[in-house]
Amino acid sequence: MLAFRRPQELANPLVFFVMAVSLFPLGVSPEKSFLAPAAAGVVWVASLLATLLSLDALFRADHEDGSLEQLTLAPQPLFILVLAKVFAHWLTTGLPLILLSPVLALMLHVDESLLGVLMLSLLVGTPVLSLIGAIGAALTVGLRVGGVLISLLVLPLYIPVLIFGTGMVQSAAAGMDYTATLAMLGAILALSLTLAPFAAAAALKISVSN
Amino acid sequence: MTGQTPLLEAKNLQCERDDRILFENLSFSVDPGDVVQIEGPNGAGKTTLLKLLCGLAPLRQGELFWRGERMSQARPQFLSSLLYLGHKTGVKALLTPLENLRAWCAQREDVNEERMMAALETVGLAGYEYSPCNSLSAGQQRRAALARLHVSSAPLWVLDEAFTAIDKKGVAQLEALLREKANAGGAVILTTHHSLHLSGEVRRIQLGAAS
Repeated sequence: MLAFRRPQELANPLVFFVMAVSLFPLGVSPEKSFLAPAAAGVVWVASLLATLLSLDALFRADHEDGSLEQLTLAPQPLFILVLAKVFAHWLTTGLPLILLSPVLALMLHVDESLLGVLMLSLLVGTPVLSLIGAIGAALTVGLRVGGVLISLLVLPLYIPVLIFGTGMVQSAAAGMDYTATLAMLGAILALSLTLAPFAAAAALKISVSN
Repeated sequence: MTGQTPLLEAKNLQCERDDRILFENLSFSVDPGDVVQIEGPNGAGKTTLLKLLCGLAPLRQGELFWRGERMSQARPQFLSSLLYLGHKTGVKALLTPLENLRAWCAQREDVNEERMMAALETVGLAGYEYSPCNSLSAGQQRRAALARLHVSSAPLWVLDEAFTAIDKKGVAQLEALLREKANAGGAVILTTHHSLHLSGEVRRIQLGAAS
């Protein structure tokens, strides 16, 4: 499960994340007046796309070498195994993104006091991205070109996470209480944590049987 | 073995692919100690039949019973007594044979490290335990998967083309292992184009005879 032996695949989403974020000051404007308010959104969108980029690989290798069949025939319930895989995915993409985000946020002139809030929003938000993404990845694993389809399937479901994630940082920037948005984000996490593994497991069963 | 509930019983199985019926009304049962070879030309539905039996493919018609219980109810027990080895073996190319075996055992069997090493040695991978599988030959990768058989205590083995890419000596060894398994009260269902040289009796199920 831990295919740490392919470092370039591991680094791929991170490199994408860094590049996407650093292109903004170059492409739009390096002015603080523009970057500071946009920063949370930029970091969030970039991490969302970086996660999306890494999703296709979640089950594909397993499907190709037959491990997926072995997983579905394991005595453990499939959703637990899916949960383990998603957790591993989050550890290798979500967590590094969170750790990188303050560095990039500083580059975008984000106020230091907001770094904690940004990281917190990502900490609650990125597991949701991995969980929902797993459903998309599981549905498309049997198809030859799954990548585009995953984006189409998953992106609409990512939008609430994005809205609440950036909303949280923005309300903190405006000096308002952000616990309400944090609670919403947490509720989304709880919902996807309980439902997504089952949905992904069911989708995997369909994919394997084809 | 009359009077005993069969390990696995299939009733009226049917398989259809692209509007062609590969087989229908296929019924058979597998008792402890049986070695069942499924025969048929390419495309006769051998792999599909095995997948149906394991529940990897949806059962459109017919019923399956595990130890006399309907499969839908007995599925957890069935899964913990099944070893399935498909065309694609599930050997991770980036991991070593030992790591592969360890990962596989972690989900199923309580096996210590020495037994895993011994199993790898038996399949002829001594000295390769720590080299990643993508540097091994096709036969060696297949052997890495077959090492599972040596540590498995599952009563039912389902092997799809288990002899592919295995040399003569390996085939003989595997045949001996299958026989041993059957004598110990296990059951084996397999497909192969090899002619099996088992000392005991091998039951054959012929598919695609009509075409």
